[in-house]
Amino acid sequence: MAMDEEDGAPVLRMRGIGKRFPGVVALQEVDLALYPGQVTALVGENGAGKSTLVKILCGVYQPDSGEIELAGETVRLNSAEQAMQLGVSVIHQETVLFDELSVTENIFLGQQMRNRLGMLDWPTMKKRAVAILQDLEADIDPDAKLRDLGIAQKHLVAIARALSVDSRIVVMDEPTAALSWKEIEELYAIVEKLKSEGKAILFISHKFEEIIRIADNYTVFRDGVVAGSGQVADTTQDALIALMVGRKVDQIFPKQMVEIGETVLEVRGLSHPTEFADISFTVRRGEILGFYGLVGAGRSELMQALFGVTRFSTGEVVLDGAPVTLKSPSDAVKRGIVYVPEERQRQGAVLPLPIFQNITLPSLGRLSRNGLLELAQEFDLARQYAARLELKAASLSHPVNTLSGGNQQKVVIAKWLATEPRVIILDEPTKGIDVGSKAAVHGFMSELARQGLSVIMVSSEIPEILGMSDRIAVMREGRIVDTAPRQEADAESLIRMAIGATQEAGVDAA
Amino acid sequence: MMAKALKNRDLLLGLVLIALVLAIAARFPGYITPTNLEGIFTDTSILIILALGQMLVILTRCIDLSVASNLALTGMIVAMVNAGAPDLPLAALVLLSALIGLGLGSINGVLVWTLGIPPIVVTLGTLAVYRGVIFVVSDGEWVNAHEMSEVFLNTPRILFLGLPILAWVAILFVLIVAVFLRWTRTGRAFLAVGGNPTAAVYAGLDVGRTQFLAFSISGLLSGICGYLWVSRYAVAYVDVARGFELEVVAACVIGGVSIAGGIGTVTGVVLGALFLGAVKNALPVIGISPFWQLAISGTVIIVAVVINARQEKTAGKLILRDSHRTH
Amino acid sequence: MTMLYDATRFAVPDRLETGWKPRLLRWETLLLAVAAAIFTFNALSSPYFLDPWSLSDATFNFTEKATIALAMALLIIAAEIDLSVASIIALCSVAMGAAAEAGAGTGVLVLIGLGVGALAGAFNGALVTGFGLPSIVVTIGTLSLFRGLAYVVLGDGVYKNYPDSFAFFGQGYVWWVLSFEFVLFLALAVVFGVVLHKTSFGRWIYAIGNNPTAARFSGIRVERVKFLLFVLSGLMAGLASVMLTSRVGSTRPSIAFGWELEIVTMVVLGGVSILGGSGSIPGVVIAAFVMGLVTFGLGLLNVPGIVMSIVIGVMLISVIALPILWRRLQGN
Repeated sequence: MAMDEEDGAPVLRMRGIGKRFPGVVALQEVDLALYPGQVTALVGENGAGKSTLVKILCGVYQPDSGEIELAGETVRLNSAEQAMQLGVSVIHQETVLFDELSVTENIFLGQQMRNRLGMLDWPTMKKRAVAILQDLEADIDPDAKLRDLGIAQKHLVAIARALSVDSRIVVMDEPTAALSWKEIEELYAIVEKLKSEGKAILFISHKFEEIIRIADNYTVFRDGVVAGSGQVADTTQDALIALMVGRKVDQIFPKQMVEIGETVLEVRGLSHPTEFADISFTVRRGEILGFYGLVGAGRSELMQALFGVTRFSTGEVVLDGAPVTLKSPSDAVKRGIVYVPEERQRQGAVLPLPIFQNITLPSLGRLSRNGLLELAQEFDLARQYAARLELKAASLSHPVNTLSGGNQQKVVIAKWLATEPRVIILDEPTKGIDVGSKAAVHGFMSELARQGLSVIMVSSEIPEILGMSDRIAVMREGRIVDTAPRQEADAESLIRMAIGATQEAGVDAA
Repeated sequence: MMAKALKNRDLLLGLVLIALVLAIAARFPGYITPTNLEGIFTDTSILIILALGQMLVILTRCIDLSVASNLALTGMIVAMVNAGAPDLPLAALVLLSALIGLGLGSINGVLVWTLGIPPIVVTLGTLAVYRGVIFVVSDGEWVNAHEMSEVFLNTPRILFLGLPILAWVAILFVLIVAVFLRWTRTGRAFLAVGGNPTAAVYAGLDVGRTQFLAFSISGLLSGICGYLWVSRYAVAYVDVARGFELEVVAACVIGGVSIAGGIGTVTGVVLGALFLGAVKNALPVIGISPFWQLAISGTVIIVAVVINARQEKTAGKLILRDSHRTH
Repeated sequence: MTMLYDATRFAVPDRLETGWKPRLLRWETLLLAVAAAIFTFNALSSPYFLDPWSLSDATFNFTEKATIALAMALLIIAAEIDLSVASIIALCSVAMGAAAEAGAGTGVLVLIGLGVGALAGAFNGALVTGFGLPSIVVTIGTLSLFRGLAYVVLGDGVYKNYPDSFAFFGQGYVWWVLSFEFVLFLALAVVFGVVLHKTSFGRWIYAIGNNPTAARFSGIRVERVKFLLFVLSGLMAGLASVMLTSRVGSTRPSIAFGWELEIVTMVVLGGVSILGGSGSIPGVVIAAFVMGLVTFGLGLLNVPGIVMSIVIGVMLISVIALPILWRRLQGN
């Protein structure tokens, strides 16, 4: 959709931007132009350099080479403050705001208004905050502490913050990642509004449907360089994926047919006071049970209860026909229930420790003789599982934080496989990992099922859910609203159940 | 309404303090006379000033364990200068104490800011170093009351509107810090930097610089307290105020300052210090040995931190619709 | 399980020459060099230094602290800290003193010392793990509380009616110049070294110190491990109290005042990261010797104790600052 300004001057032009860190070239000869009243989508895999570019735009990093032109003038963005003053505002991926401060203060922090005495002018700030929030149609008390708001409301505060300064450029770094379907729609409306006000928007996203829907232009990053750019109207999803990956991806979800055996895990009427209720399901030998739902539907909370991280209040978990108590993760591990968490770096791996120590961490008991660890056996075990997962690393003694996201995930999975579990729970197993590792993880999941493990997979990606699962459970607001074999599921019905649109149509929970 | 009031920590602490004072007064009416209450406040003045500085440091996720050593060293130096040159005007000595304190505080700040050494290590180190330096400068000698000038000793005791200057100095600093924290950009930066350092960087705040500033202010206040302490107790020696840093941290913790940074109010800190002062003052009144003081402070710190932790605990995500009603 | 993949195709070598271990070892080598330098300096500056008995005497001024430092090292690696250890010494000493007044024998006294120490440690551990409180605040509180209790019991009094046989723990010799204290410390150092570096428990400590959440999600009972470490720290403080009380022969509530600082310095000097997650027992042991040698050397030069605190304070800051500065200089 070419606009009149298309041929006009861009409000921001970056030329030949380069940035290197010790041992890594993050960006190389990157060009990017943003036009007033247009949305430019920035696409790329994790580690392609998107966040580095955002940090340069908001003044947190300084580029090693290249120049930035704002409205025709060459500028240097030496600090976040300066970037803000020049009219660049950024809405960050994780809402980087202040929980203990009020909504008003969060909107203005760093740019607070002052009266003639040089003191902060709270009344004026509050008035402006109310006006901005009204403009966003956000029903938020400007005096509320941020910690008392929900995720979506926090996001609106972040947007309000970006709009508080008269910005010409708004950068949105994966703004929809943590939002529900309804909230995403509201966000799109805000994007449209910003466009109509003539602001240039840089929209960073992983979701292609989203890009096709709201963006005018696109730029694709791959390994720190621009792999391609153009108008969204002239391209397709497949073309974008091809640019992003650098090769054709033909089969991302290789689900093999596996003979399904007897019931291994049975969950009966599991409830938690605030997070989930009446959860019942079974998983059988060789089966992959997919859990679909919106972010915040209670899936991770449920899985963490099965793993003993949080306690459930009523209900029981039966493993191989016998009820089990799960008071802590170590109980779960002893019973053969293991959990690959969504937050890999925080909950999954101990990043500064060597790879082999991460892999053997839950299996140390088996590797000790007379109470002392047998290093040779430890390396044997680590080597075996590293090979099985096709881990790419220079040495097993290297810390996990030297690995890519995908390989870190492989270490976490290897850690659990080394305990020879019965049930493996994978929470968003391919979130934020590169396409190559993604395929490897998918392949490995069906391999596990084939060997007789019971796999529970939580995923918010419809293609992944439909491609991998034997049966699909859909959760909404802490309850399972439907469980169906894959053959009976399709993308549209899954989404409708997840957002609750089916209730009026009379389709009830299974 | 009641529940909401109880959630206001400062109010709660204020009520507890009043209840404590009334409970003691119920059996020992002498405790609640204006003279005694004024005495409690004056006795607590130095603790209040130090706790204000400490709060700023803790707000930025640091801790300053060197305050008592700073106080003692500064106090020793000004006492020696006063003894050596009795004609030097008091204003010059106060300025000197402020500058020495500021200097010692900035050393902490620089080490934390530029080298990124954990604050607890830095200030444990300077705690020892500053204390040792007192011995070096004084050669282990005492400076006694008769060596100090009249003005040096008596100025903080002069009554103004019924309160000694010492108490007014504390009140002045309370007001300054309160205004600073609420009405200036730099003041708000202290809360922001401690609350979420990452976000602070994105908001254009310099985390290290703010921490440096906090240590400098804490040092400045410690230095001024050095003079106030030495003149109040009319003596300077190596072991002055030894271990007092713990009481200062205690006042902050009792006052609801979160050791994790970003949370704390001036009111809370003042109440926390007054609480300790009220307890200390009550012991001889009730007839309990002063040896109980330390154990009571310890218990109060532990109780306060348990209560703080309960209040800071965040609820789950409350995914179930019904759960919203019960909470 | 069967091997499904060609192991050679994805073979990852076990070790490379770079990594965390060699770097740590280098820190220990550096410390050793420092120790040797101070040793030589002392030997040159005082004719009394090289006498075996004089060296043996020198060990007394650090073995008690170093014994606690072993447990403190584990705690700090697990990203916790115990600032109340010196107060635990006082509490244990008062308890033993009171028992001795009541006529308790040596065996009972030792049990009381160790028992009170372990209980005090358990109290810290329960507060930290049970309520999820930051250990630095908790142990600043118990630092006050434990020593406060000692003052409550003893006031400005003193206990000194210890049985004669009790003197062995702080004054006795196992063989020739080797004191009981010193031999016990060396034995404990070996035990702690093995536990930290050769057992699952040691691995758990590192995992917890680096990432407590991931450790918990890996099936480690994080709270239990931390609790045990606090008990261990209290127990070692109790043991140090037995040795110190026995050596001094009397108890005052101010006993071991300010030792927590020297103990933490020892641990940090030994290369343990104050932020948790890394460090080694050999490093801490060498650091104990370095500090002992410095104190002894300064003593030989008639430097008063309070001035030594300057040296210790400067050492604490500079051992952390110097590597950072060094890296900066190399970086430019």
